[in-house]
Amino acid sequence: MDDIDDLDDIVEAFLVESHENLDQFDRDLVELERDPSSHELLSSVFRTLHTIKGTSGFLGFAVLESVTHVGESLLSRLRDGETTLSPRTTTVLLEMVDAVRALLAQIEQTGSEGDDDYAALVARLTAILDGDDTSTTTTTSANDELVPVPAAATQQSVGASPWGAAPPQNGLVHADDLAIALAEREFAEPPQPATRTSDDRGYGGVDGSTDNGADDGTLRGVGPDTAVTAPTPRTETRRPVADSSIRVDVALLDSLMNLVGELVLTRNQMLQRAATREDVELQRTTHRLNLIAGELQEGVMKTRMQPIDHVWSKLPRVVRDLSVTLGKAVDLRMEGRHTELDKTILEAVRDPLTHLVRNAVDHGIEDCERRRLAGKPEQGTLLLRAFHEGGQVNIEIADDGAGIDPEKLRAKAVTRGMLTTESAAAMSDREAINLIFSPGFSTAAAVTNVSGRGVGMDVVKTNIEKIGGSIDLTSVVGAGTTVRIRIPLTLAIIPALVVSAAANRYAIPQGNLLELVRLEPEQAQAAIETVHGTPVYRLRGRLLPLVHLREQLELPVAEHATTYIAVLQADDRQFGLIVDDIKDTEEIVVKPLGTQLRAITLYAGATIMGDGQIALILDAMALARRAGITLEGAGTASAAAAGAVSSARAALLVVALGDGRRVAIPLDAVDRLEEFPAGRIERVGSHEVVQYRGQILPLLRLDDALHAYGEGTATGTTQVVVCRSDGRLVGITVAAILDIVEDELAVRSHLDSGGRQGSAVIGQHVTELVDIGSAVATINPELLTPLRAG
Amino acid sequence: MSHQYCTFVLDGHLFGVPVSSVQEVLKPQALTHVPLAPAEVAGLINLRGQIVTTLELRNRLGLPRRDPGSPSVNVVVRTGDGGTVSLVVDEIGDVLEPDEDTFETPPETVPARIRALVTGVCKLQEHLMLALDTERAVSVESAA
Repeated sequence: MDDIDDLDDIVEAFLVESHENLDQFDRDLVELERDPSSHELLSSVFRTLHTIKGTSGFLGFAVLESVTHVGESLLSRLRDGETTLSPRTTTVLLEMVDAVRALLAQIEQTGSEGDDDYAALVARLTAILDGDDTSTTTTTSANDELVPVPAAATQQSVGASPWGAAPPQNGLVHADDLAIALAEREFAEPPQPATRTSDDRGYGGVDGSTDNGADDGTLRGVGPDTAVTAPTPRTETRRPVADSSIRVDVALLDSLMNLVGELVLTRNQMLQRAATREDVELQRTTHRLNLIAGELQEGVMKTRMQPIDHVWSKLPRVVRDLSVTLGKAVDLRMEGRHTELDKTILEAVRDPLTHLVRNAVDHGIEDCERRRLAGKPEQGTLLLRAFHEGGQVNIEIADDGAGIDPEKLRAKAVTRGMLTTESAAAMSDREAINLIFSPGFSTAAAVTNVSGRGVGMDVVKTNIEKIGGSIDLTSVVGAGTTVRIRIPLTLAIIPALVVSAAANRYAIPQGNLLELVRLEPEQAQAAIETVHGTPVYRLRGRLLPLVHLREQLELPVAEHATTYIAVLQADDRQFGLIVDDIKDTEEIVVKPLGTQLRAITLYAGATIMGDGQIALILDAMALARRAGITLEGAGTASAAAAGAVSSARAALLVVALGDGRRVAIPLDAVDRLEEFPAGRIERVGSHEVVQYRGQILPLLRLDDALHAYGEGTATGTTQVVVCRSDGRLVGITVAAILDIVEDELAVRSHLDSGGRQGSAVIGQHVTELVDIGSAVATINPELLTPLRAG
Repeated sequence: MSHQYCTFVLDGHLFGVPVSSVQEVLKPQALTHVPLAPAEVAGLINLRGQIVTTLELRNRLGLPRRDPGSPSVNVVVRTGDGGTVSLVVDEIGDVLEPDEDTFETPPETVPARIRALVTGVCKLQEHLMLALDTERAVSVESAA
């Protein structure tokens, strides 16, 4: 098979492309089952298979060619309306796709097709091809009006196509021959449109053309000119995107990412140094460096971002196969399939997601019979949702199935000897439901070949946590189960809060951070109480267990006048971490620790700060575990959501205006809270601005925006809420920052539209809700233009 | 065939590591203390953007602890798994190339803790040099 080695590049390109094409094929075929009359989908699947068949014949993969050939014939009949798609046909076609995948894998590994026999599959395909002849539909004429595809077009195109012309039986092709053949192919292209005259209206949907059938009329008129730009057969463009993109080795992107990480660190150091010098030129240069590094970082990050659809696209097939096997009807819906996340993270969630979806279909959604008895529609719904929130990606998998009965889980845990009857009874329903994530726990009454072998949910949880994510499950018996996964956007560069304990600084990933609390000495005495010797803090009525960072690090405990508490979320627990001081937030580059330190789970890694010093990165989860914070100890905010499958709770920042009105800003729009001395506020034209982290931050007086005319605050400092609006920072000047609350965002009235979303009662006060985007826009449309572009 | 050794002094004893494993020798660096780390770990240093674990070789060998403030030198070595570790020693010595036949296995009287890390004892004219096994010297099991 030496010749194959010569062809390596071509074969490799063929493999890569075929894999992509097959994914599309799967998607289209399942979609087609829903809408069997879609000519567009039929054409798409036909084209896909046709390409693979053609190339495989060309490269001398005879088995692959024979399998795809029958499939193609079958599809051509479907496309021409001679037969209609039955579930049996779909199943066999999908089987064929699997066979093609297996063959491709074989070729990838060994360079040859191997000895597997696909005669049975070919026979099955042929049987359908022959057997269904009798059931030729009578709707052909009706179809003709809508999608005029003469049956002849298929045969002709298959026969006339240079692919078809390549002798499929030639076992070996020499590279030179191939080059010649390719060249001939190029030259053979131009005359084609000419030889196929206007009677051949189906051509556009069949071969390499990017145009769909509607453009056929104009396409016919083209001469050799278009042939030059016509796509070559290998890059047959189903999606025009392929023309404007190139493939890049992931390893190269990884090393670019590392370099950018280094650049970001160097920039941070540079900025700190430059800030202490009186050199204007240096300041200007570092400012530019700052902007460029920022944009470069964003750009490189973007190259690694992929839509979650890359993982999701496999799921319709999974769900379909599974529901057919189990005799269930499942409607899979996807929302937010364009939500992007880092490639490495995407890879890491692939298996857990598939597992969760299989679980939902297998255990969650009941069969038609039982659904009917329960008064639900026979077809179950599985909803996948993905969206960004607070620098993280949320993925929800919600089914409307039977739900999980906490009683059953309790009983199971007791029979498995994992819990005593008493401790099981003392558990809240929510905790009981989360038992499902314990190792060796399966609730399936019968072990099926699909899932329910007791390895699964715990592995899912471990895998999600490994990439810094968290997983949460809520369920209502009879109504369904929702699994919510929260994962970071990227692993390489993360925003973190820098705190200090003793001489060291530590970084806490912002994803774990909920809020910061500062207690003055007199406040601290009253506010920090102890329960069984454990310090707790009353945070808006809830008891928050407190953990001393110094104690956890076995450092000498020192008394501080002011108590700083970082409220952290680890898994579904919340706790307050008492630190010596809270420094700043910074973008940090996560670096692994040496093997000598890996066993200390408390550290997730280390990073180099702007001044060149090293800060250890704290793992909130490990901190909670080490401090012995149990599920019981934490009354969590999310626990309240247990009842509702998807509740519209939102975290809000409550601020006061000059006239005493209360206004709430969605917390996810808030970047930071700042306090500027009045002297730092400068003016650009009529706008108030302030120099902020090397940028010019435009300020917006919320009083003006909401027409609140109170007495101007005479204090020396200005409270500023730094908000993100369309990716830009805007400082919102408020009279006072009051509180952060989490509330149901049921807007009670719509009194005003000027920058407000409405009003609601929050904490017994009527509070106006501000829509930052429109508040900024209504006041000063040009305000944002001087900001850095992008 | 003989090997070159980078020598250094610890508590008055001469030690050596193969020159091929030494990346560089540094003057004392700003150390970041790592709470909960094993006693052998002196801390972390920032070596041109790379975070390098620093081991107090005296502690690793069970020698008396270094007096705070006494002079020291960092010997940065490469480990087999592609990592980099910095070893804190008292004083750096010459690069020696002793003959193969001047080496002997360490005598039984050498404390077990040192013997485990030493591949051989080299009889130099004036004193002895203990050849350290770099891999074993840097593999510290942390108990935490």
